[in-house]
Amino acid sequence: MSILVNKDTKVIVQGFTGKEGTFHAEQCLAYGTKIVGGVTPNKGGQTHLGQPVFNTVKEAVATTGATVSMIFVPPAFVSDAVMEAADAGIELAVIITEGAPVRDMQEAKSYATKKDMLTIGPNCPGIITAEECKIGIMPGAVFKKGNVGLISKSGTLTYEGANQVCNEGFGITTAVGIGGDPIIGLSYKDLLPLFEADPETEAIVMIGEIGGDLEIQAAAFIKDNITKPVVAFIAGQSAPAGKRMGHAGAIISGSAGTAAEKMAALEAVGVHVVISPADIGKKVAEVLGKK
Amino acid sequence: MNVHEYQAKQIFAKYGVPVPKGYIATTVEEAVENAKKLGGKVWVVKAQIHAGGRGLGGGVKVATSLEKVEEFAKEILGMTLVTHQTGPEGKLVSKIYIEEGADIAEELYLGVVLDRAKEMPVIMASTEGGMAIEDVAANTPEKIIKVAVDPAIGFKGFHGRELAFGLGLPKEEIGKFIKFAAALYQVYMENDAEMIEINPLVKTGAGEFIALDGKMGFDDSALGRHPDIEAMRDLSEEDADEREASEYGLSYIALDGEIGCMVNGAGLAMGTMDTINYMGGTPANFLDVGGKANAETVAKGFEIILKNPNVKAIFVNIFGGIVRCDRIANGILEATKLVDVRVPVVVRLDGTNAAEAAVILKNAGIANVIAATDLGDGAKKAVAAAKGEL
Repeated sequence: MSILVNKDTKVIVQGFTGKEGTFHAEQCLAYGTKIVGGVTPNKGGQTHLGQPVFNTVKEAVATTGATVSMIFVPPAFVSDAVMEAADAGIELAVIITEGAPVRDMQEAKSYATKKDMLTIGPNCPGIITAEECKIGIMPGAVFKKGNVGLISKSGTLTYEGANQVCNEGFGITTAVGIGGDPIIGLSYKDLLPLFEADPETEAIVMIGEIGGDLEIQAAAFIKDNITKPVVAFIAGQSAPAGKRMGHAGAIISGSAGTAAEKMAALEAVGVHVVISPADIGKKVAEVLGKK
Repeated sequence: MNVHEYQAKQIFAKYGVPVPKGYIATTVEEAVENAKKLGGKVWVVKAQIHAGGRGLGGGVKVATSLEKVEEFAKEILGMTLVTHQTGPEGKLVSKIYIEEGADIAEELYLGVVLDRAKEMPVIMASTEGGMAIEDVAANTPEKIIKVAVDPAIGFKGFHGRELAFGLGLPKEEIGKFIKFAAALYQVYMENDAEMIEINPLVKTGAGEFIALDGKMGFDDSALGRHPDIEAMRDLSEEDADEREASEYGLSYIALDGEIGCMVNGAGLAMGTMDTINYMGGTPANFLDVGGKANAETVAKGFEIILKNPNVKAIFVNIFGGIVRCDRIANGILEATKLVDVRVPVVVRLDGTNAAEAAVILKNAGIANVIAATDLGDGAKKAVAAAKGEL
């Protein structure tokens, strides 16, 4: 088992024929992901990486039956691409592109929600179900199959965490890089219940960062809803307070978004918080060993 | 990106948000000229730096004569202004804004910012203007009225009424305030602002609302479609090393420790700093080489890190996803040719093409380069190297 995606998931790539889209789609295909086609306007009818190219997502979905789209289009076109996917009935859009304007993402997310399409990202490594399906840019070889679910704001810390878990002799069910932009798709509190319900997942690693309050929301959710052990690391304990012009952002969430605050909130609900990211794997081994 | 108060007010004025009249000056003579041009009997001389708390630091003065304008202009131009937002080193004032004095009856607060949880802009208003809004939020949160606006419908009358009645404004001022808030929302949306703060927004004796101060920050990802805003960028407000780094796609922030860090990804970069701290060392910088690192950018990274005389060791920590480790290894070799790498360099390369990278480094056989097996091992070695124990 796994969450959201598996070996049977049919995936299309928006921005299929671009440099990034091509490189990573190729890697995903090599990992075993069922990429069944892609979309690049004006290139419909061509074949790329052995898969059909379509002008529109609607056409791609109608022909291939894809339910997931991996988005690599340039930042200025991301919101258009996300909304096109939502309009075409895609169930999950994985947005890899970095640098999409916040206002665009606000609009795109709002429309996706209206159309019942889930989103991951933007500016994230994507999602991977170990040894089945990789939809994103993570180094696939790091993710060995196992019993640990992973959710992370940071791309490289996703790899770091997964690598440590695997080096301890455990493995990953599904890992999701949710991204750290102001507006993101699925968050901790959306993914935690999926891991809770997944029979194969026995522990969850949650990697957060300073800023915002998603980790605080996650702590509140864990308290009442999650019975599986959670190991967490919050990056940025040693980051100095930024020289910001205003303080409006911190006031809104009712918290300053510091690492200390987030760690305390998680610890208070029984999460196993590590101070150093180098201890993620060891802590998972300790927690699973106790079972 | 942030702009100065006078620039924020220029943007406000374009949208019909009332602001006092004013002119920017870079010399004392210009300041006095500006005051004459404005006329009247009261002027405000305001230091233009990208930081709040200017008044408390002595950067804002009210002048009641042209002589006083001259005196304050002399005092403020060229001063190093220290506020709670500048850090102890302060900021050099090279521009002052000369503004007509306002007849202040009441001070309010008005701001617009993204509410990440609601995923909508939220307008915040308070009767407690002129005070640090974070103190108001901490002590009397009920005095801040927050109204989220769904961009799909835009700013409607009810949003305005919630704000205006929430502030307890008298009947004759409700309409004026709503118009003010609606215009500010438009400023926020149309310019891809990240935040706007007016503190204080004053009500004059005549019952008019005026933005006495103005702060604006913009979404860097959207600057491409706002060349007029980008043209307002004041490079002298930005750290020279940070700027140089950004030209190479590197994200660099100087810190006051001893271990230079070069990492891929902001999260891992912070995690690396945390690990160094945990092991008893101190990071000298945050440096994210980004997803497109190559030999040139890595060499540049070394150069910038080594400009800092406090650096006693460097820790290169790369977990290759998009970034390929062999490129980083070549970058390290390149750097040792271009830059005098005077300190030990601990290198941990994992992920994509890590094996090739290890071979490249091993074959090069550079003294000073110490291989590490994982994050913990690397941090430990870097801390020891900085202490001269390796």
